[in-house]
Amino acid sequence: MTESEPHASSPSRRPTRREVVAGGATVPIAMVPLTMSMPSDATAQPAARDGASPTVSVNVTVNGTRHALALDPRSTLLDVLREHLDLTGSKKGCDQGQCGACTVLIDGRRVVSCLTLAVMTDGASVTTIEGLAKDGTLHPLQQAFIDHDAFQCGYCTPGQICSAAGLIAEGKAKTPAEIRELMSGNICRCGAYTNIVAAIQQAMGQS
Amino acid sequence: MIDFQFARAGNVADAVRQMAASPGAKFVAGGTNLVDLMKMDVEQPAKLIDVNRLPLDKVEEIAGGGLRIGALVRNSDLAYHPQVERRYPMLSSALLAGASQQLRNMASVGGNLLQRTRCAYFYDIATPCNKRQPGSGCSAIGGLNRMNAILGTSDACIAVHPSDMCVALAVLEAKVRVTGPRGEREIPFADFHRLPGDTPQRDTNLDADELITAVELPPRGFATNYTYLKIRDRLSYAFGLVSVAVGLDLDGGNIREARFALGGVAHRPWRKAEAEAALRGKAAGEAAFAPAADIVLRDARGFGHNTFKIDLARRAIVRALSQAARGTPQSQSNKKIA
Repeated sequence: MTESEPHASSPSRRPTRREVVAGGATVPIAMVPLTMSMPSDATAQPAARDGASPTVSVNVTVNGTRHALALDPRSTLLDVLREHLDLTGSKKGCDQGQCGACTVLIDGRRVVSCLTLAVMTDGASVTTIEGLAKDGTLHPLQQAFIDHDAFQCGYCTPGQICSAAGLIAEGKAKTPAEIRELMSGNICRCGAYTNIVAAIQQAMGQS
Repeated sequence: MIDFQFARAGNVADAVRQMAASPGAKFVAGGTNLVDLMKMDVEQPAKLIDVNRLPLDKVEEIAGGGLRIGALVRNSDLAYHPQVERRYPMLSSALLAGASQQLRNMASVGGNLLQRTRCAYFYDIATPCNKRQPGSGCSAIGGLNRMNAILGTSDACIAVHPSDMCVALAVLEAKVRVTGPRGEREIPFADFHRLPGDTPQRDTNLDADELITAVELPPRGFATNYTYLKIRDRLSYAFGLVSVAVGLDLDGGNIREARFALGGVAHRPWRKAEAEAALRGKAAGEAAFAPAADIVLRDARGFGHNTFKIDLARRAIVRALSQAARGTPQSQSNKKIA
């Protein structure tokens, strides 16, 4: 487990298209890089913002990397992943818990990160789509989605795959009807559902 | 979303103390409804008190044969709990009929009781809504009201309570255990949710400084003859237009006791003692079910777009009672309605 590098000084990080479009202005109001010795207690050393509530310290492990963050309490996990940790695989679709595009695994359970306040993930372990492949080998679900052409535009795909990983771990879905029911929190506007179910069946057979 | 303070509570007494010290604060557990409402500026708490670390996440047997469900048990864990699946399958079914697995993994039992209406006008802060802003008026009366209530409405509000779980808890006659600055108390389920009357801003009889700690189920689970039938616009992951939870106690083909409640039609799960009494001693069949449904809907009133719910509810009651009497409860994965 490694401590995260302070955001701005990651040596291998190249500017993304999003940052170029945004003029490189990722306003760091909610992230203060902290050191390894930071205690896990939430009340420690709040950093003041002008006239606003103090930030809250959060220790969260994302894809095996531990991050010590000081967050505006309003930050959702989705926004922290995308805007602060540069993990843009998790997608913001509806931002209201209705589409599933932001699905990630917290301690192995699938949740919608858009309705998860990041300050409530202190001590948790988060897995995003970026954390599923191991040692350069795609996760069986990622390979199955390719094999079955289980997407068109791909926007819902990271959420679909994270959700399917949670579904397989739960072990409740055995039949295609049960897969469909338990995947109903993930909307695909392209309508790739038939191939998504086939991909999940393939991955279930391998797990 | 407005700015707010955030604090974590370490135990029940700490949570209650923090709430007493911070009027305008709210407890947060799963956050699936509260965070959404905060994003829409419908809820604007000055402070959130995170109760997720409280030791209220157990399902335990209680003296007398019932089950105590900690307020922080997640909806998915409750639905798949072996004791619930075996002894209270109606509750398991109702839970699985609600939301999506992601949301069920987050949502707590206590939070499910306290979830707020999905009336579009309650969510739209640009429109009048007596529940959101008392005295401003009801936009749903005379507006787009297809999802709204047909029973127990008032001139101030025609919102419905959106929970599936609560419809089953009404039939099971659960009790809600709460703790506050004035100590512990127990609220019978029938007294927990309110009708809108002229105070639609109050959904429940829980006081603002009280914390739900548990839901207790009596021993009777109606595990043989039950169903949870939910009718909605799409087969999954949609709020109900009408739902019916049924528990029957049969003596051969005759009804010893019948309980049923409707969801999606009122400001709280809707039971009608007179309709249940009318079924007692009768042969289980449509000849008895249809008049019982008529008793429930005798007082129903439509508001235009939702008037179809009266007939829908009548048929759903008969269908659900039939499913329960046959011992063929509605499947929540195979959506064919038998």
